[in-house]
Amino acid sequence: MAAFVIRRLIQSVLVMLVVAFVAFSLFNFVGDPINNMVGQETSLAEREEMRQDLGLDDPFPVQFARFVGNAVQFNFGLSFRRQAPVAEVIGERLPATLELAAVSAVFALVFGLALGVYTALRRDGWLAQAIMAGSLVGVSLPTFLIGIILIWIFAVELGWLPSFGRGEVVYIGWWSTGLLTVDGLKALVLPAITLGLFQLTLIMRLVRAEMLEVLRTDYIKFARARGLTNRVINFGHALKNTMVPVLTITGLQLGSLIAFAIITETVFQWPGIGLLFIQSIQFVDIPVMSAYLVMISLFFVVINLVVDLLYYVVDPRLRVERAAHG
Amino acid sequence: MRIRTAFMTGVAAAILAVTPASAETFRFAFQGPLNSLDPHSLNETFQLGFLGNIYEGLTRRGTDLAIQPSLAESWEIVEPNRWRFHLREGVTFHNGNPFTADDVIFSYERATSEGSDVGQKMPGVVAVERVDDYTVDFVTDGPNPILTAEFDTWYIMDQEWAVENGADVVTNVAEADREFFANRNANGTNAFMIQEHQSDVRTIAVPNPDWWDEAEHNLTEVIFQPIQSDATRVAALLSGEMDLVYPVPLQDQQRVDENDGTTALTGPELRTIFLGMDQARDELLYSNVEGANPFHDRRVRLAFYQALDVDAIQQVVMRGASTPSASMVAPGINGFPTDLERYPYDPDAARALLEEAGYPDGFEVQMNCPNDRYVNDEAICQAVVGMLGRIGVTVNLLAEPRSVYFGRVLAQGGYDTSFYLLGWSPGSIDSYNPLYNLVQTRNTDTGSGTFNLGGFSDAEIDQLANEVLVETDPDARGDLINQAWQRLHDEVGYLPLHQQALSWGVADGVNVAQRADNVFRWRHTTIDN
Repeated sequence: MAAFVIRRLIQSVLVMLVVAFVAFSLFNFVGDPINNMVGQETSLAEREEMRQDLGLDDPFPVQFARFVGNAVQFNFGLSFRRQAPVAEVIGERLPATLELAAVSAVFALVFGLALGVYTALRRDGWLAQAIMAGSLVGVSLPTFLIGIILIWIFAVELGWLPSFGRGEVVYIGWWSTGLLTVDGLKALVLPAITLGLFQLTLIMRLVRAEMLEVLRTDYIKFARARGLTNRVINFGHALKNTMVPVLTITGLQLGSLIAFAIITETVFQWPGIGLLFIQSIQFVDIPVMSAYLVMISLFFVVINLVVDLLYYVVDPRLRVERAAHG
Repeated sequence: MRIRTAFMTGVAAAILAVTPASAETFRFAFQGPLNSLDPHSLNETFQLGFLGNIYEGLTRRGTDLAIQPSLAESWEIVEPNRWRFHLREGVTFHNGNPFTADDVIFSYERATSEGSDVGQKMPGVVAVERVDDYTVDFVTDGPNPILTAEFDTWYIMDQEWAVENGADVVTNVAEADREFFANRNANGTNAFMIQEHQSDVRTIAVPNPDWWDEAEHNLTEVIFQPIQSDATRVAALLSGEMDLVYPVPLQDQQRVDENDGTTALTGPELRTIFLGMDQARDELLYSNVEGANPFHDRRVRLAFYQALDVDAIQQVVMRGASTPSASMVAPGINGFPTDLERYPYDPDAARALLEEAGYPDGFEVQMNCPNDRYVNDEAICQAVVGMLGRIGVTVNLLAEPRSVYFGRVLAQGGYDTSFYLLGWSPGSIDSYNPLYNLVQTRNTDTGSGTFNLGGFSDAEIDQLANEVLVETDPDARGDLINQAWQRLHDEVGYLPLHQQALSWGVADGVNVAQRADNVFRWRHTTIDN
């Protein structure tokens, strides 16, 4: 177990180095940050001086080595755009994204599981059919369109919910939360649905397919023959055995919820790290972009690790095999 | 129970936060964030425009952009190279400190220090001298008729406050190890004070009760929030969450206008959009013409000019929201040449000109274009491609995001372009600025022609521009400017297209002043009760 974790950690460091390297080489194509950092009347000499001060003229390997050297000390430098430490800029924005991703994940998981089980058990019911048809919308419509449609209906036409932003936030230490105010909760609804809708349909379809599969197996038939109630069979046996793939997908999707919150955050002006990343690309804010990419790869690596470990908890066979071999 | 208490506290906080909305709270959104509160860190229209509600310069501009006294009550030229400014007495900064000559000198030094981006707002100033507490002299290295042109966006900071808080150094990224106090805090003299500033999220300002001038506005609170997505910004206006949003995309103007409770507010902007051609190289970088540069030939440039149907661009691409222009400056700019007329749109004449110049079958050239900088920039370029196609010129369009585009076509990219689209809006609201930056021959010593990306060069215009710089008689100066613009037009050095239009969306019952330089001054804003 410990060896497994250590091996995974070493792999993770490698993955992050590769991500940093690829990200860094891409920055050669995003343009010149200097033009965004000065006004149009700034002289050439001043621009040149600035470029040198920032080390943008150094060869790629030098820039990369400097970045990695600083990054291992958790020093990501100053944001070109905000002229404040990158760690601080990201720290300000991180709670917004994590809250949004968490709420979306819970929303997707709860409704995905419930609807998945329902559509599997009432396979031929009209409601189940309608839900299945409706889920195609979630799978096929692009996020930004869903977001805009929701804004249109609930903010512009009905006026129930805010069209953008996070509403009033409360600070608990450095962590800003929108979960404690009505305003903040209202602001969460539309972005959370937009971000979670795809995951919801994915989980629902997965649960449904897995359930149908499991319900056909012999042990379910035997369970029925034993005279167990439907409730015990469906939830105690069938659902439990569908959980392994569902967990994998949900775990991996949690990473993408954070990483791909970019579009949702842009549409709703949600002040999280996704929007920060977009702003940084437009400004060519290299320190923030590189820190963001490294952080996202860290998220994925950690989530994958946790998911792997969770398998042990959910699937007793893994524990047995390991024990037998060890 | 604890959760419930927290929840109730939250509710109370939300209610408290919402209550002042019944007073004259004014909410507005712009497409970009307010990056810094430091008035000297970035010379950019939105940032300086925003901070111009908090800070003040020695001068200010009215809604018609005329220069008015502000922190300086009056000024005079005591010697050709010495301007004397009489400062307003009894003015205090938001923290209560008095405003004196020392603050002016400090702000001059700060604005011209390394790391500052607003040093060019005081061109040719070699010293600022204190005469007494409320009088300062600006000493220049030569006569400068438009010294005060940009004093309205060079803001005065309180020396005492800055030194106390370590904000005497301008916020800049080169000095990575220090905290920049002025980046997040502001202490000006103007009608509004910053109450809360959450970078990238929102900024709240309240009126300054001790402002020296009489308040025209009736606001009790101003809330600014950036909204980047066009659709969301418009939705925030339509849903009533915002009192003003800008810019409104051209395709949404009608929707905003037709909606009950909102109006589209448009007006001509000072920015001129134009095309430039590489006239410096002997052979174009991106063309199939070898051994020669077709743009050296005035007939080719004129052919391009006459092939462009600016009225079609105005009607179709810009949906009416532009003013076709024969000039490189807008009508609101000092020195606008009123007599200039566009060469007529005439594709037949253009084809004839090309044939005369030795290109009967046209030629091929690449065009560089930004796709997120000016209003409908890429669409304009696409229209140009089609129009030039009709006279046999094949244009390969390369449209890119602005950071890539500018990195390529500006000086640091080695002016890597053959044919390009650019826009220019002179911060000084005066013709000398575009003459110096866009038209004069490129010269790294004097800094002229830095944005003359095509390397246009004409000795006569160079001479005229140099005379404009030092001519103090307004009439003679105006005449020189006019000659320079006429000469540029005769030479077809550039292909001006149009001035784009401002596009704001305003809630009914809100009265705002829309300035042609796209600066929003809150002090003219009122909300009807």
